[in-house]
Amino acid sequence: MIPAPLKSDAVPTTSVAPIAPKAFGLDHARHLLWRAGFGASPAQVRTVAGWGLDRSLDYLINFDKVKDEPVEASLFRSDIIRPPTPEERELNRRAQRERDEDTLAELRLRRQQAEREDREQMKKLQQWWLTKMVETSRPLQEKLTLFWHGHFATSYRTIEDSYHMFAQNRLFRKHAAGSFADLLGGIIKDPAMIAYLDNNDSKKNKPNENLARELMELFALGVGNYTEQDIKEAARALTGYTFKDDEFVLEKNNHDTGSKRILGRTGNIDGDEFVAILLAHPACSTFLATKLYRFFVHDYPTGDTPFDNAAKLVISDMAQRLRATRYNVGKTLDALFRSEHFYSPAIMNQQIKGPAQMVVGAIRSMGVPPRDISVLSDAAERMGQTVFAPPSVKGWDGGRSWVNTSTMFVRQNLMVFLLTGRRPQGKDGLADRENFQGALLLAGLADTYPEAKTGKTPDMLTALLRFTVGTPTPAGRPVLEEYLADTGNTITPENLTDLMMLVTALPEYQLC
Amino acid sequence: MFDLNNPSAFTRRRFLAHGLTLASAAVTVPAFLQRSVLGLPQPAPGMTSIPGVPEERIVVVVQLSGGNDGLNTVVPYQEAAYYKSRTSIGIPAGRVLKVGDEVGLHPTMTGFKDLYDQGLLTIVQGVGYPNPNRSHFKSMDIWHTADTTATGDGWLGRYFDSQCCGYGAGESGQAPTKQAKAAAKIDNTQIGIAMGREAPLAMRGRSIQPIAFESADLFRWTGSAEEKSLTKYYDKLTKASAQEVAAGMRETNSDFLGRTALDAQVSSDLIRKAVATKPTTPYPGGNPLADQLRMVASMIHAKLPTRVYYVTLGGFDTHAGQGGENGNHARLVGQFAAAVKAFYDDLKAQRNDTRVLSMVFSEFGRRVGQNGSGGTDHGTAAPMFLIGPMVKAGVSNKHPSMTDLDSGDLKHNVDFRSVYATVLANWLKGDADAILEGKYMRAPVLKA
Repeated sequence: MIPAPLKSDAVPTTSVAPIAPKAFGLDHARHLLWRAGFGASPAQVRTVAGWGLDRSLDYLINFDKVKDEPVEASLFRSDIIRPPTPEERELNRRAQRERDEDTLAELRLRRQQAEREDREQMKKLQQWWLTKMVETSRPLQEKLTLFWHGHFATSYRTIEDSYHMFAQNRLFRKHAAGSFADLLGGIIKDPAMIAYLDNNDSKKNKPNENLARELMELFALGVGNYTEQDIKEAARALTGYTFKDDEFVLEKNNHDTGSKRILGRTGNIDGDEFVAILLAHPACSTFLATKLYRFFVHDYPTGDTPFDNAAKLVISDMAQRLRATRYNVGKTLDALFRSEHFYSPAIMNQQIKGPAQMVVGAIRSMGVPPRDISVLSDAAERMGQTVFAPPSVKGWDGGRSWVNTSTMFVRQNLMVFLLTGRRPQGKDGLADRENFQGALLLAGLADTYPEAKTGKTPDMLTALLRFTVGTPTPAGRPVLEEYLADTGNTITPENLTDLMMLVTALPEYQLC
Repeated sequence: MFDLNNPSAFTRRRFLAHGLTLASAAVTVPAFLQRSVLGLPQPAPGMTSIPGVPEERIVVVVQLSGGNDGLNTVVPYQEAAYYKSRTSIGIPAGRVLKVGDEVGLHPTMTGFKDLYDQGLLTIVQGVGYPNPNRSHFKSMDIWHTADTTATGDGWLGRYFDSQCCGYGAGESGQAPTKQAKAAAKIDNTQIGIAMGREAPLAMRGRSIQPIAFESADLFRWTGSAEEKSLTKYYDKLTKASAQEVAAGMRETNSDFLGRTALDAQVSSDLIRKAVATKPTTPYPGGNPLADQLRMVASMIHAKLPTRVYYVTLGGFDTHAGQGGENGNHARLVGQFAAAVKAFYDDLKAQRNDTRVLSMVFSEFGRRVGQNGSGGTDHGTAAPMFLIGPMVKAGVSNKHPSMTDLDSGDLKHNVDFRSVYATVLANWLKGDADAILEGKYMRAPVLKA
C-alpha cells in the first residue's frame, strides 16, 4: 500500500486494536523505525517489514537482549568539578582572613581552570551522545533517554557539572523502558536534578519548594491537581535530600520528620513516600501517557490546541495500561506501536522531526557520511536543541516550535552539508570531502521497494520519495520530475546528490 | 484584476494562482507574505496596523556580552576611591573625555563623545536590579526576561505578543487565541531581526519568532552555492509546497512547513538584497559590531518593516589583563563607540535617524577593585546608554557611591526595568506595566 498525501481534514482512527499482522508492510516498518528510533536504511526497513510486528517490537522494546556498547560510569571524568580538599579549604580560609590577594587570585584561577575543563568535557559529552544515537543498535533506548531528558529537563547551564549530567543520562538509560516509578524515585536522589532545582538548599525550617513544585506540576501530575499548600508540605518531605560530591545523601539533621499532609495523605512522609503518593494519584498515569503520546504519536501544534477525540481515547488507553503494569513504559509502548491508531494516515508522516532526530535520522537512513560531529552538534543547537541544556525545566516544546524561518534554513542546509560537505561558510578543507555513496542508497531502494525494480525513472522516484519523505506524491513532486526531465531523465549515483539536495529541501522532509 | 495596494485583496491561493514571482521585489510581494515575513502588518495607506503606534519607530538593542566594566567606560574621575581600588587599570583623570561635571568617557570612545556633543546620547548611571546575580547566564536571562527569577518569555517577545494578540501575564498567561491572532491579522509574524546565530531570549514570545542570522550568506539555502543550476528548482519547489489551507480546515504540520519554507525564502531574498547595497557612509573595518550595524542600517534603508533589531558585541569578560587607557578593554569600548557613531552617521545621511532609538546594556558591571591578574571580576550595577535624536541627552541619574559598597560592589540606584518601561511606553507605545508585570518608575531618558 502506498500512502496518499494527507488531506487537511483527515482524522485518525480511534482504534487501539492491533493492526492485522498482514497489514504491516514497508511503510509501517519505516514509520515504526522513525518514531521508535531515529530512522533506518532501506535494508533495515526491509528487514523489519519482513520480521513482522512481534519480532520487530521484541527487538526494539526488549533492547536489553541486543548487544550494544555499554555506557560505563568511568567513560567521563568525575573529578573535574569536585568539592575542595580540607587543605584547599584551610588555604582559602587563611587567605580570606589575612586578605592575601595573591593566594585568593591563585585559588580563583584554579577554579576557573576547572570550570573551563568542565565545559570542554560537556562538549565532548554532547558529541558522545549524538554519536551514540547514530551508532546505537538499541534505537528505542536512545529515543527514550532523550524523552526522559526532555521530561525531567535539567540544564548544564545552571548546574555547571558535566559529570552530574552524565550520571543523570545513565539513570535515564537504565530505566528508559522500565518503570516510571523507578525513574521518579531516582530523580529525587539525582545530584543534577537536586542542584538544578535547588534542593541542596532545602533545609528543615527553611524548605525550598522548587523540586516539590516541579514534581507535581511538570513531572507527575500537571497543573490543577494540587494546591499551593500541597507544595509547601511536600517541600518539607524533601528537606535534607542533597548530595555530596557525586552521591546522594539524606542529611538527617536537615530533614523535617514532622507530620505533613500531602494530597490528602497525612503522616511523617519522606521523599520516597511522597513519590509513592504521586504515583497513586489518579492524574499521574494520564499525565505521563499524554507526554508519551505527544512525543511518539502526535505533536499537537501548540500547548493550547485541544486533543481530538481519537487522541483522548488513545491516551486514556495508555494511562490504563500504565496503571495496570506498575507504570511499565515498554509494555505501554508495545501496545501503542501495534495499534491501528498509530498507523493511521493522519498520524504517519505528520510529526515534525526534532533537531536530534533530523541529524541522526539523516545519517542512519541515507547513509550519508557522518562528517564532523562538532558541526552536527552545532547544527542541532542552531535548530534549537542543545542536549544537556534544555531551555527550561519545561524541556523542549517540540512540534512546530522547532521550525521558523531561520531554523528552516539550518535544517535544509544541514542536509546540504551531509550530502556534499559544504558548510554554510564554504566547503570544508579535509575531512568532509568524503562523498555521499549514492550507489548504495539506490541499490538499497532497488532491493527493498518493488517499484524500484522496474528501472523506470518515475518508479524509481516513487521509491525514493516513499523512503525519504514517506509519501510518493509530495506537493513538489512535479518540480522534481521537471528537474529530472531537464537533466537526462535518469536517477544515477552521479546526479543523486543534486536530486537529494532538492528532495531534502521539500517541506515534507521535515516530517516523520 | 486585484489591487496591489489593498492587502485584503490577497489570499495565498490567489497569489499562487496568479503566479507572481517572489524574488522580484518587495512591492510585488503580496501583503500576506509581507505580514508573515518581515514585520507587523503593512498598513493600508493612511492607516497604522496598531492603533496609536507610529509605524516608523525602530528599536536597536546593543548587547555587550561578558559584563562590561562600567567604571572604565564611564569613569568617575573625581573619586579618589576609584583610583585607590584600580591602581594599575584606572584611567588618568586628564585623559578621560569629560561628559557632564563628574564623569568622563574612556579615551578611546571618541565616537561616543561626538554623539554626546551632538545631543544624541544619554548615559544612565548605576543601573541594576535587586539581589544581583553574578552568573553570566543567569544575569543575562534576567535582563532578557525582565524578571529577577530569569524565567518566562523575553521582554520584547512579550511586547510583540501584547501588540498582536493581547498579553496574558507571564508563564501562567494564556497563549493568544486563534481568533485574536486572526483579528490582528498576524500570522506567526516575524517582527524582529537579530544578528547572531540564534534569536536572543529577549525577543522570544508566544506568537512571534524573530529572524536570526549571522550574515546574509548564512540566511539562505546553501544548495544554491553548491550547484547554482538547482536554484530555480528550489524556488519552484518551495512555492509549489506552500498550499492554501481551505477555509474551515485546520492547518496540518505539512501546511505549516510549506508556509514557513516560503516565508524563509522570501525573507532571505529581501534581506540579502537589502544588505548587498553599499552603506551611505563609511563604517570602521575589523569591527564586528560595525559589521552588524551596517547590515541593520541597510535593512532600515531598504524599508523593511522590522521594528526591533538586535546586535551583540562579545569579549567583555575581562578577568585578566584588562588594561587601562590602552589594552583589551580600551579596544572593545573603542570599537563599540566607533560602530554606534558610524551607524548614526549612516542613519542621518539616510534621513532615518529620528526613527531609530538604540539601547545599550551588559549583563552586569564589574567589581570596584581590580583583581590580582590586572583584571576585574563580575560585579553589579553599570551604566546603560540610549542613543538617537529622541533621547533626553546628557548624564542621567547619580553615579553610585564609590565608598558605600555592597561587599565590594556598586549599589544600583535605578532598576533596568525603569529604562525598559520608558522605551516600551514612550517610544513603542506599549502597555509597559502589563508587559513588565509590574509598575516601574519611568526613567526620564526620552524627550517628552
